[in-house]
Amino acid sequence: MSRDERDQGAASESDRDPLVYDQARWTADDEKYEPLLAEKHTREVEVESALPDHLTRDTLDLPDLSEPELARHYTRLSEMNYGVENGPFPLGSCTMKYNPKFTEDVAAHPKAGIHPDRSPESAQGTLELLYRLQDYLGRIGGMDAVTLQPPAGAAGEFAGILIARAYHEARGEDRTEVVVPDSAHGTNFASAAMAGYDVVELPGAADGRVDLDALEAAVGEETAALMLTNPNTLGLFERDIERIAEIVHDAGGLLYYDGANLNALLGRARPGDMGFDVMHYNVHKTFATPHGGGGPGAGPVGVREDLAEFLPEPRVRRTDGGYELFAPERSIGKVHGYQGNWLVLVKAYAYIARLGDEGLADASAKAVLNANYLAERIDYEIPFGPFHHEFVASADADAADVAKRMLDYGVHPPTTKWPEAVPEALMTEPTEIENRASLDQLAAAFDAVAAEDEEAIESAPERTAARRIDQVSAARNPRLSWQALDREE
Amino acid sequence: MSSHNSGSPFAPHTPEETAAMLAAVGAASEEDLFDIPDGLRFDGAFGIESRSEQATRAHVDATLGRNADLTEFLGRGHYDHYVPSLVDHLSQRSEFLTSYTQYQPEVAQGFLQALFEYQSMLVELTGLDVANCSMYDAATALGEAATLAARLRRISGETVLVPDLLHEGRRGVLENYVEGAGLAVESYPTDDANADVEALADRVEEDVAMVYAENPTVRGTIEERLPEIGDLAHENDALFVLGTDVLALALLREPASVGADVVVGEAASLGLGASYGMGLGLFACREAFLRQVPGRLVGVSEDATGRRAYTLTLQTREQHIRRERATSNICTNQAWVALRAAMHAATLGPQGLVDLANDCVTATADLAERVDAIVGMRAPVHDRHHFREFVAHTDQPAAAVASDLEREGFAVHVVGEHEIQLCTTETNAARRDALVEALEVVA
Repeated sequence: MSRDERDQGAASESDRDPLVYDQARWTADDEKYEPLLAEKHTREVEVESALPDHLTRDTLDLPDLSEPELARHYTRLSEMNYGVENGPFPLGSCTMKYNPKFTEDVAAHPKAGIHPDRSPESAQGTLELLYRLQDYLGRIGGMDAVTLQPPAGAAGEFAGILIARAYHEARGEDRTEVVVPDSAHGTNFASAAMAGYDVVELPGAADGRVDLDALEAAVGEETAALMLTNPNTLGLFERDIERIAEIVHDAGGLLYYDGANLNALLGRARPGDMGFDVMHYNVHKTFATPHGGGGPGAGPVGVREDLAEFLPEPRVRRTDGGYELFAPERSIGKVHGYQGNWLVLVKAYAYIARLGDEGLADASAKAVLNANYLAERIDYEIPFGPFHHEFVASADADAADVAKRMLDYGVHPPTTKWPEAVPEALMTEPTEIENRASLDQLAAAFDAVAAEDEEAIESAPERTAARRIDQVSAARNPRLSWQALDREE
Repeated sequence: MSSHNSGSPFAPHTPEETAAMLAAVGAASEEDLFDIPDGLRFDGAFGIESRSEQATRAHVDATLGRNADLTEFLGRGHYDHYVPSLVDHLSQRSEFLTSYTQYQPEVAQGFLQALFEYQSMLVELTGLDVANCSMYDAATALGEAATLAARLRRISGETVLVPDLLHEGRRGVLENYVEGAGLAVESYPTDDANADVEALADRVEEDVAMVYAENPTVRGTIEERLPEIGDLAHENDALFVLGTDVLALALLREPASVGADVVVGEAASLGLGASYGMGLGLFACREAFLRQVPGRLVGVSEDATGRRAYTLTLQTREQHIRRERATSNICTNQAWVALRAAMHAATLGPQGLVDLANDCVTATADLAERVDAIVGMRAPVHDRHHFREFVAHTDQPAAAVASDLEREGFAVHVVGEHEIQLCTTETNAARRDALVEALEVVA
């Protein structure tokens, strides 16, 4: 098929009905779906060893299955799970991109698995890759120095706030507050609190952006930092960012950039140029390393030059003979036992090295185009704009019900009920990986649900591995292991 | 693919499609969609070359290839065990690898069940009631245990007691985690690598919120007096936190039976390997602390058909709901690594786990005996039972011995002026003879 024919094909499909979707549902009885490993076969073994009895356990009781049984079990479980390769996954603020296959192969290089306590002389390949990734991330964020140690975005936030604290303490200042917009990620609040700060919540303006008057009122001599993402969680660029930076800096605080939305800016603008002093990168978002069902991620932190001396140790630097580890002069110490989620960092490095300047800039362009196109195609109210890579639509019905019904149409729903500035929020981020046909498919799913009656969406989903799950009773009567289920019987 | 040589190879738009989509949104160009003030526009010149997949792969492979080809006898918290092929093949299924946190449980039953199974395996291995479905690594799990201690109202103290031999990475992370909670870390002495229980008894007072011990210790020794340490902690209203390794739990006495309130440690030794220090933090505790547990928990519920189904639960503890009052800031954790650990454990089965753990005792004792027979060496330095690793005395300066060994193709730890530490598992078993021969020459 020629490209022209493909384009025509896509165009003619653009008004098609949403997909009919059926997720695998493995079940042999009315009580459960795929049985637990422990329900298939367990064995209690007597533990005998060369150690004295008082140091060892008596028995060990765990599943005992053959390899083919296990292969079938885990294949079935995978079929009861939805990932980016199953279909659209427009989960706002999470940036669910396609994860290239070759980065998995690169990370599986036998020499990627070396032990962290090797001598630097025998680990030059690893140190060089870490050094180059520090350098790339610095250039992309407009930051002067980078640490790769934090093992997730929230760990990056925590490290960044510890750096801010160390900075203020070095100047003889004991500041007690961190300012966070009310629409920020929950991790911002939690990370600031973990570092011992009082959190000051900043209400948003009517246009969905930072309210400068409220900001002026919120910052003062107690302010250690303002944590902000730009574009913000409504997908809106904070056009007054230079003024925001000025207000925070005049008060003696630092400006912290939450990198969750960096995919919207690649090659177009850099946090460092906007006045941000500290930032974290989410490599599992912007740089397409797999989310792994909830991790591992990695949350490198970049800082402006005069904050480099506070970065966690060890860092990597280049010398005449190669690469070496060193501790920055006034390092905050450590936020991970070693160098963070190294294998994830290898994948991020390979992704950046593959895309380069043109690929990174194009990723942002297409992510922003896709969000705008999808928003244009759906029949929902979108109160705030112009937005970049994500938008927040408002559902007429309960957003959680809408999301459940969307599952039946073979797409993962958007993030729901957040940010609160939009009633019944559906926070939608298609990313650059969807083509026009799949955006039309997604739009068809949105609009099909909007047209359905209350009963249909309240009883959804119908076609997923499990039907609607009662989350309240799970919390009321916590059963968190198969042992707890056994006790109940 | 030819149309994608410039631009992202993972953005599928043809030029015609881009033009049609721009027309649909009423924009003249992609640049018009960016609402960025002129003064802040960046020209996109990072100076990073775009490469083909093949060139990228060759570049990264060549870079990693600069790591020397050594047989590692390294441990101290990170261990290589053979990972069965099943783990790689099935954990790499894209439905697992490319999924998100299970906020829509109906479409994420597979991962939720696998995590529930992981939690259950840890409940069996620790003897405790509750395990979460992962922290980043042993060091951050220890930090979380300390902040848990600070939150429990019955604990009035502000001191966290740790062994003086605590791994520097764990100590460093712990100090950063506890500072915001107003706790201070203090060391208690060790005696021949195990806790000096008498010295600990003198130190444990009202100001102590948590007593931390490890089994095995960082020097590979097995703690023999854990129940006494637990009693000391409890008599003084402190939390007893035990650090351990997931494989050692298959053999050693259940932490719950020696009085541990919380178990933390490294689970990467199943499913992940040393991986330059990447980890999988385990975290388990007594049911009484359930609502103070950090991180994700998977629980059982039922769906609209009445069948058993799994869901993330007790989320009101978590940062996305409780914000600054959350039990932890952790959001993205190590879910996929936990899946791999569960797969590895399931592949071995209970007898396989016990056999492998036993091998970590007998092979280590055997290697220590052979090293002890070398002129100029004495091993093990500590007169204890060992798991996977031990410290050996060298008459020569240890740094020189290690450096000579590296030239012979072996990596070992230097842990004192005249002390090296050696760790052995099935992955370096074939080179044990060669190591002993090399030591005979260089020591």
